[in-house]
Amino acid sequence: MSALLEVEDLRVSFATPTGRFDAVRGVSFALGRERLGIVGESGSGKSLTGRAIMRLLPPSAHLEARRLAFDGTDLLRATPAALRAIRGARISLVLQDPKYSLNPVMTVGEQIAEAARIHGGVSKAQARRKTLEMLEAVRIRDPERVARLYPHEVSGGMGQRIMIAMMLVPEPDLLIADEPTSALDVTVQMQVLAILDDLVARRGMGLIFISHDLDLVASFCDRVLVMYAGRVVEERAAADLAAATHPYTQGLLRSLPRIGDERAELPTLSRDPAWLEG
Amino acid sequence: MSSWRATLLSDTPRSRREAKLGQLYRGWLQFRRNRLAMLGLAIVLLLVLVAAFAPWIATHDPYAQNLAQRLLPPGAKGHWLGTDEFGRDVFSRLVYGARITLYIVVLVALIAAPIGLAVGAAAGYLGGWVDKALMRITDVFLAFPSLILALAFVAALGPGIENAVIAIALTSWPPYARIARAETLTIRSSDYISVARIQGAGTGRILLRHVMPLCVSSLTVRVTLDMAGIILTAAGLGFLGLGAQPPMAEWGAMVSAGRRYVLDQWWVATIPGIAIFVVSLAFNLLGDGLRDVLDPRQKK
Amino acid sequence: MTAASALRQAPGFLLQVGLTLLGLLAVTFFIGRVVPIDPVLAVVGDQAPRDVYEAVKRELGLDQPLAVQFWIYVQKMAVGDFGQSLVTNRAVIEDIARVFPATLELATLATLVGVLIGVPLGVAGAVWQDRWPDQIVRVIGLVGYSMPIFWLGIIGLLVFYGMLGWVNGPGRLGVAFEDMVPVVTGVILVDAAIAGEWEVFRNAVGHVVLPSAVLGYFSVAYIARMTRSFMLEQLNQEYVVTARAKGVPEARIVWVHALRNVSVPLVTVIALSYARLLEGAVLTETVFAWPGLGRYLTTALLAADMNAVLGATLVVGAVFVGINLLSDLLYRVLDPRAR
Repeated sequence: MSALLEVEDLRVSFATPTGRFDAVRGVSFALGRERLGIVGESGSGKSLTGRAIMRLLPPSAHLEARRLAFDGTDLLRATPAALRAIRGARISLVLQDPKYSLNPVMTVGEQIAEAARIHGGVSKAQARRKTLEMLEAVRIRDPERVARLYPHEVSGGMGQRIMIAMMLVPEPDLLIADEPTSALDVTVQMQVLAILDDLVARRGMGLIFISHDLDLVASFCDRVLVMYAGRVVEERAAADLAAATHPYTQGLLRSLPRIGDERAELPTLSRDPAWLEG
Repeated sequence: MSSWRATLLSDTPRSRREAKLGQLYRGWLQFRRNRLAMLGLAIVLLLVLVAAFAPWIATHDPYAQNLAQRLLPPGAKGHWLGTDEFGRDVFSRLVYGARITLYIVVLVALIAAPIGLAVGAAAGYLGGWVDKALMRITDVFLAFPSLILALAFVAALGPGIENAVIAIALTSWPPYARIARAETLTIRSSDYISVARIQGAGTGRILLRHVMPLCVSSLTVRVTLDMAGIILTAAGLGFLGLGAQPPMAEWGAMVSAGRRYVLDQWWVATIPGIAIFVVSLAFNLLGDGLRDVLDPRQKK
Repeated sequence: MTAASALRQAPGFLLQVGLTLLGLLAVTFFIGRVVPIDPVLAVVGDQAPRDVYEAVKRELGLDQPLAVQFWIYVQKMAVGDFGQSLVTNRAVIEDIARVFPATLELATLATLVGVLIGVPLGVAGAVWQDRWPDQIVRVIGLVGYSMPIFWLGIIGLLVFYGMLGWVNGPGRLGVAFEDMVPVVTGVILVDAAIAGEWEVFRNAVGHVVLPSAVLGYFSVAYIARMTRSFMLEQLNQEYVVTARAKGVPEARIVWVHALRNVSVPLVTVIALSYARLLEGAVLTETVFAWPGLGRYLTTALLAADMNAVLGATLVVGAVFVGINLLSDLLYRVLDPRAR
């Protein structure tokens, strides 16, 4: 399994009035055509890691790394044009809430067609066809009608499926999903995940699944990275998660409710300041 | 850090007054970092000082005419900024004009802000037909461009500085009512208002002690920013001859009087205009700075 | 907006507008009654005998209760009967019809300048936030909010007319060219073009350039600042991240994705700017001796010609209300979320 993505010592920091804030502090991992889950609480730096890979950080953020490469291309030194060519076509990003992540004044179909055409070589008619195909692939009935809708006219689940369709239409090799189901109802979550599962498997894509839900990530991914305060504190195969060594991961696992649980109370996590140093 | 500074900045104030002072101090520190806002503040303070000490700062009597020395250029014979068409010293008139400007601005603010606050808070808190009626009235006033409405009022009341103040104040209060109403609506359903009501506080008391104080910070920002506009409107009225009447040294009227001579004696009309511009600019900078400190959401 | 929903909303709309106009009338009525001058005396003079005074008073309806007077007033205003002007001795409504196009001409040209220069400036300020294009926008905006418009007009005349001679002086048309062109729209530029009188056209341009540039500056300041503000807001939205993640080039993100969102509130801003210019026109017309509604209003003011003052105020107020209504409608049409 060749390395699709290599990340070594990734660091993201922000300059604040009270000094420099290090949000991501030395994250390293390699990814092939597999599914990697990144789990962490709010503020752990997981979302920033995902965006940093695509060089989509806000201008106030400072990014550095020993190595950040995708399929051999050095993403740190790539020109803006090169990065633009990679984004969408080779690496894609699915965001959390379609209410905000889709342009409210463009129809859904327009936005998907744009994704198809932006990397060239696709005529308008072809783009339209691809749009309808993708909408069907994410199990949207009546794709013709839906394509003419505006984002505020579709439900959350449908919006997220549209987002997935839009991001997969250029057939990227790697998909970064940043909390793709967190804004959805539980029942809808399952549907959307099933679609994601199907598409990723069929296309043999790499997937980085960012979430705060440890159970979800463990069931969906091959490998799991647990992040805390900007650092990776645990890296394990999903199947192996119960054998976690870091006390933070152990604490998380213990605090999850299980069917058949005999405990009267769920333990709460007590944070050891030593964890801030990894 | 000196001990009083430490007290002000502490995270654990011992009394409400300490907390309030700490908040003010922190706000001041943040404000101080904005150089442009500090410049605005400096100019406004200068205006106040000049107005207060006008008799000592002015070099001549602003009303003293000397037709033999009319339309002298700046620097001539002890007239730092020259003389106008009646031989009066421009600099001294400028200085006394600061008094008039300040007078108008402060009075308008003192009249319009409380009216707007009262109307808006009452409308927002009481709701129902009171709200609708008050907002309808507010909308009517907002429907007129403020200068035009002020002109109409001055036409009815007659020219003069007091009437100009009333006219401008009558056109200035609607935005404050809107702001106060918006703020009131957001706090109306808060728990602590309900608690005050349960404790038996009457509507008036709740409005006065709980609702209105919270509107004050956004209103302060808006009032400061509006002052620039008020100065410009007052100057406009003065320019049209409807504000302070001659021989009062109102800046707008000075521009108007100097208009006839502008091609050859540019200073008579130009210099008062610069004064209006600088003071207006100062209030804008000050207001922007206050907004950054008090209401960062509104920024940019 | 679908036809059905428009029809459903129309009565509510009209009621609102109607109420606001009624309020406008109330304000002007009240202002008219506050005048310290006795309107009857203004008509009959102070030497008139008592029965003449009473007759005129009855004629003017001033012996009726206030509510009845107001109702009569509303009726007259609704049909445009603003009374007669003391200064011109013509019906006020006729006067206004004659002078209004001149003001419209200025306001329209100024708004055009404001949009053509202000929008790209605002976009540049947002895209290059905190760098020099942004500083320029900030300075222009700040100056625009602080500078007295009448003073800028005077300085403009001083520099561009007095010193450089690049433009023609005050007034709308050189004396030699007056009445050479048949009045079609009331806008000299248009009428001269229609008649093919290019000398007149050039002269008119020489006169309109400076006042519309002065007004235009304020339009640019306002529109640029607002555009920048809206643009910044849009560029911070999540859908922009999505678009970048798709690989969309930055230019397209700004001019297609963001601008389409910006155009919704921007249209409102442009309409408001137009309305504000009507106000600025009052002072500009005085400086440039421009025969528009603003100058009519100030002349009437100084002559205490209350009919003319109130009539002009009402017209401006009604136009303001109309423009606000229009921008509200446009907003609903342009924003798919509001339909």
